[in-house]
Amino acid sequence: MAQIQELYDAILHGNAKQAHAVTQAAIEAGAEPLPLISESMMPAMEAVGRLFEEEEYFVPELLLAGRAMKSAMELLRPLMTASGQKLSTRVVIGTVKGDLHDIGKNIVASMLEGSGFEVIDLGADVSPENFVAAVEERKPQVVCMSALLTVTMPAMKTTIEALKNAGLRTQVKVLIGGAPVTSQYAKEIGADGYSENASGAVSAVKNLLAVA
Amino acid sequence: MLTEQTIRTYSSLEISTEDGLLYGVSPRVLECGLGLKIGAGTVYPEVNFTLPAMDIAEETWAEVMAHYAQMGDQILRRAVSLAAPGIMLEFELLPAMTERPEWGAEITALLKQRLIACHEKHGLPCALRVTPTDIRDQRKPPLLRTGEPWERLRRSLELCAEAGADILSIESVGGKEVHDQALMYGDFAGIVFALGVLAPRDMAWLWGRIQGICAAHPGVVCGGDSACGFANTAMQLAHQKMLPEVLAAVVRAMSAVRSLAAFEQGAQGPSKDCAYEGPVLKAITGCPIAMEGKSASCAHFSPLGNIAAAMCDLWSNESVQNVRLLSGNAPEAFTELLAYDCRLMNAAAASEGGALRMRNWMTASDEWLSPQAAVLSPAATIRIAAAIVGADGPYQRTLAAGRAAVEIIKNGAALEKLRLSRKEQQWLARIDEALDGFPAGELELMRAVEEQYGGLYDKASYGL
Repeated sequence: MAQIQELYDAILHGNAKQAHAVTQAAIEAGAEPLPLISESMMPAMEAVGRLFEEEEYFVPELLLAGRAMKSAMELLRPLMTASGQKLSTRVVIGTVKGDLHDIGKNIVASMLEGSGFEVIDLGADVSPENFVAAVEERKPQVVCMSALLTVTMPAMKTTIEALKNAGLRTQVKVLIGGAPVTSQYAKEIGADGYSENASGAVSAVKNLLAVA
Repeated sequence: MLTEQTIRTYSSLEISTEDGLLYGVSPRVLECGLGLKIGAGTVYPEVNFTLPAMDIAEETWAEVMAHYAQMGDQILRRAVSLAAPGIMLEFELLPAMTERPEWGAEITALLKQRLIACHEKHGLPCALRVTPTDIRDQRKPPLLRTGEPWERLRRSLELCAEAGADILSIESVGGKEVHDQALMYGDFAGIVFALGVLAPRDMAWLWGRIQGICAAHPGVVCGGDSACGFANTAMQLAHQKMLPEVLAAVVRAMSAVRSLAAFEQGAQGPSKDCAYEGPVLKAITGCPIAMEGKSASCAHFSPLGNIAAAMCDLWSNESVQNVRLLSGNAPEAFTELLAYDCRLMNAAAASEGGALRMRNWMTASDEWLSPQAAVLSPAATIRIAAAIVGADGPYQRTLAAGRAAVEIIKNGAALEKLRLSRKEQQWLARIDEALDGFPAGELELMRAVEEQYGGLYDKASYGL
């Protein structure tokens, strides 16, 4: 099916308009969502990830591919919901209370979206109460927290404690990251995982959920 | 057109020759603090220090103060012990200390007391730079000119000036809300819009007010800004192989235009240590600059370790946590590093032609190993600075700086001095082509990027 290759190419080259148009045409021709995702979109994103790992792609190419993937998913998601098919994993992400740095968190959020995750971005300076509220309301499988300042790292611990106090800690996996954060600190505060960079964060989320 | 009334505009270079750009020497010598003369022939250490991982709260405040007291005492002890010719302390407020302006002022007073005592006892020329956090970007889109965050920031600047700051600085964030997104997507139109249209407008507005606060507090110097949130973000993403180095280099050159706006509003320098665009500012304004490089690896890595020192007037470590090392606490250890760096530079400058020779070695050791270093050499600095003053208005100046940076990198690659990977070459060509396609006026650019970025920024915050 030519559309499979066209969609693959559109995502690989970060062409959102093309990805949207090809997906629309495929739907109108009677294509099912799942084959488009599994045979075209996911292989394209895997290729993009590989090119990034090999330093052939920089983040802009990666994010543009993610944007193309998202534009196609916007058309497929309603069809999948209507037919009762399982939607993607949901991730809540934010920079912790007291910390206004958010570009690292934004890159992780965009890369997760590009990898097919549904991302709820709470922004920067997010209080433990707001993380708890988001987990209660949006029911994510994963919570990602970022901090760039040493003096805001303790807010990660406070947030994990708030999740425990709200009886939500066992319902979500918690991943932390940011320049001063270490794997040892993640263990100390009871996080489930840690990543030292954005691409590693995507792999870490997949590992936590045992997603292929 | 900017809406703010500029105090002065720069249409020529204060330092117009490559060999006129030397470390330790600036045409507009700045006297500040307790007998410190910056730019008069001597490079001084500027030590910046911060807390280890800890909460900042009412219940930990005594501990916070104890950390700053210890850091201040130990830094000054090392400076005296090594017979440093002078020193600048920089207190960079953490967000919580700007949110509660009296907290930042309390630490400012504590540090100033220590500087006064040291100056009286040892005669050490010294000064205190205080840098509140720009907390205006809490809301999305940020409200830069009104609202509680701006009021707290303004109050913080005022209280720190009253509490003993000798120099006020800031790393302002106007335009960053668009620049972050544009940078991540490698969208050059968005980058130019942020750096050449939004950021200069906010800089002019903000620095007009900082200048007013300084004028109301005699003896407090209106220092300078940094494009840290723009160009250093690009540098760090390039370091992590997330962005092309050529993009980071071009962003660096273009960012000088928004940082220049502080001087157009009355800033006297030194520009902030993390403003690697500083040499361009020095060439244009003649004001002294702070820089950081190899001795700032406690805070971040860079490909600019030596070349960053080539034209500095203050030499900084960017930021170091108060943690224990084998020798002592890290702020004291980094004071020693900086003091020795400065001692070598000053000893070289004391011999005939020594400063130029030393500057050239520092330049040559880095210049062609990274496009980011290539745009930081004295020759590149003059070329970029000349391009900026030769253009009219921040938008055209930003484009001119970008074009100059591209030409410098292209020439370096053509002469096989600078090695660029295939991907870097592709990005350089892409940037070069993009620079040729910009509209003549900033309003046309604003309309062109409206759909993509219009929702990210508050027009009133930029007088638009």
